Amino acid sequence: MSELTTDREIDRSKMQVSDEVAIEISGMNKWYGSFHVLRDINLTVNQGERIVIAGPSGSGKSTLIRCLNALEEHQQGKIVVDGIELTSDLKNIDKIRSEVGMCFQHFNLFPHLSILENCTLAPIWVRKTPRKEAEETAMHFLEKVKIPEQADKYPGQLSGGQQQRVAIARSLCMRPRIMLFDEPTSALDPEMIKEVLDTMIELAEEGMTMLCVTHEMGFARQVANRVIFMDAGQIVEQNEPEEFFNNPKSERTKLFLSQILGH
Amino acid sequence: MSDIGFVRKDMLPEQAPPASEVGIIGWVRENLFSGIGNSVMTILSLAAIFYTLAALLPWVFSPTWNAGSLNECREILHAQGKEGHFAGACWGVIRERWIQLMFGFYPSDLYWRPIVTFGLMFVAVIPILFNMISRRMNWFLLAVVILLATFAFGGIIAWVLRILSAAGAAYLAYTLFATDKADRAEQIAQGAKRLPNPLIFSALFPFIFPWLLWGGSLWVPIGAILGFVIGYYVYAALAKTVGGLAGLIAGPLAAIIWWLFLVGTFAGVMESIIPLSIEAVESRKFGGFMLSITIGVVAIVGSLPLGIVLALGRQSDLLIVKALCVGFIEFIRGVPLITLLFVASTLLNVFMPPGTNFDIILRVLIMVTLFAAAYMAEVVRGGLAALPTGQYEGADSLGLNYWQAQRLVIMPQALKISIPGIVSTFIGVFKDTTLVSIIGLLDPLGLTNAIRADANWNGVVWELYGFIAVLFFVFCFSMSRYSMYLERKLQTGHK
Repeated sequence: MSELTTDREIDRSKMQVSDEVAIEISGMNKWYGSFHVLRDINLTVNQGERIVIAGPSGSGKSTLIRCLNALEEHQQGKIVVDGIELTSDLKNIDKIRSEVGMCFQHFNLFPHLSILENCTLAPIWVRKTPRKEAEETAMHFLEKVKIPEQADKYPGQLSGGQQQRVAIARSLCMRPRIMLFDEPTSALDPEMIKEVLDTMIELAEEGMTMLCVTHEMGFARQVANRVIFMDAGQIVEQNEPEEFFNNPKSERTKLFLSQILGH
Repeated sequence: MSDIGFVRKDMLPEQAPPASEVGIIGWVRENLFSGIGNSVMTILSLAAIFYTLAALLPWVFSPTWNAGSLNECREILHAQGKEGHFAGACWGVIRERWIQLMFGFYPSDLYWRPIVTFGLMFVAVIPILFNMISRRMNWFLLAVVILLATFAFGGIIAWVLRILSAAGAAYLAYTLFATDKADRAEQIAQGAKRLPNPLIFSALFPFIFPWLLWGGSLWVPIGAILGFVIGYYVYAALAKTVGGLAGLIAGPLAAIIWWLFLVGTFAGVMESIIPLSIEAVESRKFGGFMLSITIGVVAIVGSLPLGIVLALGRQSDLLIVKALCVGFIEFIRGVPLITLLFVASTLLNVFMPPGTNFDIILRVLIMVTLFAAAYMAEVVRGGLAALPTGQYEGADSLGLNYWQAQRLVIMPQALKISIPGIVSTFIGVFKDTTLVSIIGLLDPLGLTNAIRADANWNGVVWELYGFIAVLFFVFCFSMSRYSMYLERKLQTGHK
């Protein structure tokens, strides 16, 4: 699993971390009923960072990034996304959601709409973009994820990898400043994982701020500037990828890495 | 020394299937005679079908169309040497009474009104049912208006219609001939684009429909439309100045006050200035299939939106909204329709101020619609439950608000999943309209009693009920086929 995701040279000219803060989480706690799922999370993400969140299943990594656009509610602490604090105010939540793109494990495309309509829905209704302009934007991003020829098909007619690329294009059509990926390749065949990761790498090359929950350690190594390891709802270790993989500090991280990279 | 190695050198070409898989013989062998047991079953079934038809068809094709009474029928059959209870059908009763089965006791010189109403109903629903928003339907509408203006009315209504049709014809002609382009087809296409959207007529039809059937002043439906306009403006004004919630409460409130207390005055005053009315027909003269269709269509059209709102309310996070919806649904579903109809026909009057005249058909319409809505809510809830949560999350993550997500993402899919259930409910509601005969309304079943009480037709059973059954079957079967068409059309995924 540790082999590289891509053998081409990654263009790092635009992959720069700025001083501007994109996301700030401080003292955040979350419970599911009486189960304490996220414990005292403190995390600052700067504009342009590419963060990979790893950890065993049930460690709360998906819950963490789902809290960032209020798909899950946190009960304690403070989350500030793009300068807006996440409260129960619906207007703030909708504003943040339109600035933060998200890709899901199961794509969550809308099966009753064509690919093009999937991509233009939110720009037309949330951003009030004229239809024609929205369609041009959509085609631009579909070309970017290399499936413009599928624009008139329906999600059910596409392969998993293609669907995930459409999902990425759909998020990009809202011109988000931050992208969240929740295990984007976990539901895909090995052949299709690569095409999705390629798309994500291109996105990183353009300087997008990204938070990815993924088990693709090759991607973490090559693209991320920071790897966060979570266990039991806490951040156990975070470091630069080189240091994280070659020289893990925590015993828990060592165990996890030996299991995931061991074969 | 292993011999498990194998490499295919050429790929195998496709071959024609064996004869047993294709063609008529293949089909018959496969489906009818694939084994001894199946062959026996096939032959037995064919025999059963044969004997049934052999008994039924001579009864159906009996030459009694012109008979004037049951006795005449018997004489005609006797002359042919047929005797006994099942000698042949007596179709004379249908010939003599089918008009009554259609319109009940509606005044015969006004039959054109229900006919036009149901004709226009097709114009109104076709763009919705078949998503066929063709602006050329305006031609059809104009033709109907011209026909009405020529034949139907006297007095000022006729003049209004004549002016309308002249203006309409001029406008249509203008759309056709105003452009200078040489290309005629292009010209017509361009002209058609300038015509009004036929959905405007679909939206107006709910107001035209009761006016044409019950008659009275045209100012009443106009007043009803004004209620919506007033409600909207109150909402818009308050939403801007005070806030969205105040508008949402005050807008509908203003409209309801207008409808309950002011429309009557408004219509009366306008009527005295410009009289625009057609002869009023009382509810107790309504009957036959006209009544069934009226109740069925109103209940169907009303129950779907109401059911959707109830289903959403039942899923709501707001405790009181949820409790109200659950209470309503469970109460209505827990009570037989016939009880509700009795409440509508007798008990409701007890609670009304004395002297109030609350139309009986209106009461029935409200009860049947509420009844159907409760069932509809549960069918729609089934569709909502079948949607993966990912769809809600997908819509949320794009920044769509609640109503946008419901309208654009959730409802189109939930309704598509529940089409079979929705149409089943529609069909059930339409057939349930026959229950109104029990509270004394003369739907087709109620009329059969009146017809059979006639000395001429005393003893006719199968012909009447058979005729009614066939007509109901035609309506219900059409709905069923339409639902299958819709399911095919909306099929987008490959499973």
